[in-house]
Amino acid sequence: MKKILCMILALAMLIACMCTLTSCSKKNSVTLNVYNWGEYISDGSEGTLDTIAAFKTWYKQTYNQDITVHYTTFQSNEDMYAKLSSGAVSYDVIIPSDYMIARMKNEGMLLPLNFDNIPNYQYINDSFRNLYYDPDNQYSVPYTYGVVGVIYDANVVDEADAGDWDLMWNEKYAGNILQFNNSRDAFATAQYKLGLDVNSTDHASWDAALAELKAQAPLVKSYVMDEIYNMMESGEAAIGAYYAGDYFTMLDNQADSVDLQFYYPERTNYFVDAMCIPSCCQNKDLAEIFINYMLSEEPAIANAEYIYYASPNSLVYESEEYQEELGEEAMEILYPGIENFSELYNEYAYRNLDADTLAYITTLWESLKIS
Amino acid sequence: MKPISKVYTALIMIFLFAPIAILLMFSFNGTKSLSVFSGFSLHWYQELFRDEETLGAVKNTLILAVSASLISTVMGTAAAVGMDKLKRRYLRAAMDVVTNIPMINPDIITGISLMLMFVFVGRFFGAATSLNFGTMLIAHITFCLPYVILQVLPKIQQMDRSLPEAAMDLGCTPLRAFFKVEVPEIFPGIITGLIMAFTLSLDDFVISYFTTGNGFQTLPIRIYNMTKKTVTPKMYALATIIFFVILILLLLSNVFDANTAQTIKEAREKKKAKSKEV
Repeated sequence: MKKILCMILALAMLIACMCTLTSCSKKNSVTLNVYNWGEYISDGSEGTLDTIAAFKTWYKQTYNQDITVHYTTFQSNEDMYAKLSSGAVSYDVIIPSDYMIARMKNEGMLLPLNFDNIPNYQYINDSFRNLYYDPDNQYSVPYTYGVVGVIYDANVVDEADAGDWDLMWNEKYAGNILQFNNSRDAFATAQYKLGLDVNSTDHASWDAALAELKAQAPLVKSYVMDEIYNMMESGEAAIGAYYAGDYFTMLDNQADSVDLQFYYPERTNYFVDAMCIPSCCQNKDLAEIFINYMLSEEPAIANAEYIYYASPNSLVYESEEYQEELGEEAMEILYPGIENFSELYNEYAYRNLDADTLAYITTLWESLKIS
Repeated sequence: MKPISKVYTALIMIFLFAPIAILLMFSFNGTKSLSVFSGFSLHWYQELFRDEETLGAVKNTLILAVSASLISTVMGTAAAVGMDKLKRRYLRAAMDVVTNIPMINPDIITGISLMLMFVFVGRFFGAATSLNFGTMLIAHITFCLPYVILQVLPKIQQMDRSLPEAAMDLGCTPLRAFFKVEVPEIFPGIITGLIMAFTLSLDDFVISYFTTGNGFQTLPIRIYNMTKKTVTPKMYALATIIFFVILILLLLSNVFDANTAQTIKEAREKKKAKSKEV
């Protein structure tokens, strides 16, 4: 009796487990799985457009079919890559950064897009086509792009000293300077300053950058990532490099005694985040419909206003409503001449480095942090 | 000596509660900044209640924590009763070790191994996606179970064995004796186990992170993913609300405990008085 009961219980548990694993639920409507950066879509807060909800309504009206959108977020390209390559999940649309797109493409993790389903691709500026990570425009549709610049507090820093990377090495402002707490970004500031290639595989080039960072170390207040927001806003530090879009977030929150200004050094870092379809996609047509929707006017403008990064979509940057919302000054900073973007991008943007070089950078970075 | 001990206590209190106080204060800030306080406002609370993604994550977290803690409490109590009945000593020691492994194992190893197993089994059955709410629930039950057993087993061992025996002597079936006599005796252990399982499931990040599927995001994962850009003060507002809910629950449970202790004491005194009278 007891043994039979045990058998039945064990069997019930096994079946319950199997059911969850193979998800034997029936599908009555279509489902779309989107995997994006955290805080990287207009979500309806503070009176903005709720992009995902708007997409659902639009889809229902257009195709007369219910749609469920599973929108999940990731924190870094590497997190996203790990989750996808584990094979445990399936997403239909992902939005990685440029170098990760190159890597995933090489590993066969992306599907080529059918641009017949994405007519709105025509609004993407030519400067954002044929970039190194996707030279034939097969796999990706640009979502946002950004440029690194230097932010400084005009109440502390003399305007005459501003203009290039030299400001971050200026002894006058010792103890007021913030440097990236991330090896690639920190080395890049030194490499741009010295005119070196940020994607060099030559150890000597990285050694030179390290020497420059070591010379800067006594002047640096601290090595930061997101802490830069609070330190700049409160006036705790006066000089730091970050993305143009993030400068506006700081500007909104700056203390009364702080007057934040921004400029682009001549050589600097560029990035593009783009929408792709991973090879584990379950419904490619639907994914393409979603990508196309994201490029259409209303959601694209709402997203650009929410994220505060520049948009490669001409429907956005040519829109009067958008230009008014941002103001002339912000437009000038966010869109510093789009025409030669691809040239600058292909020259200065980070690329995927080989494992040997990455390991070498890590050792150099550790030696800097220890000293 | 006395002033020193007072200073020491004050310091400990500051380290424990200053972070919460700061979070509380900035949840009422008018702007996004964490360093500049620019006037009292309920703005972030309004934003929070408009943010469906976050409220959805809170709902997911609660659904998961409630179901995981209930299931693991039932399973854990059953396991504890069974382990108590084991006669052979080495078998019992072996069971103890086996149930303790998920507790001692680092979360990250539990998380990765569970994910690998789910993927493996999912592939075996030809499923395209193997992670979903169900897998997360299994994972949470797995790591909650040992804590429930740890709370319930000692209570069973402390219990007077003659009580259920007496009940059966008086005509109870073993099952009835268990529910009528044993369960009330070990009830405090079951409740503690349930509460522990609930809190553990509520704030687990590492294991959830590895076993979460496409559409099911819990609150810790959502907050972590916000850190690419700054975490918005909405989250401070949410944390403040959670803090006060838990505070009120704690106060209520203390009042309840004090009341029951009081009634038990009174009942005992009455009994004593009665027996004296007799």
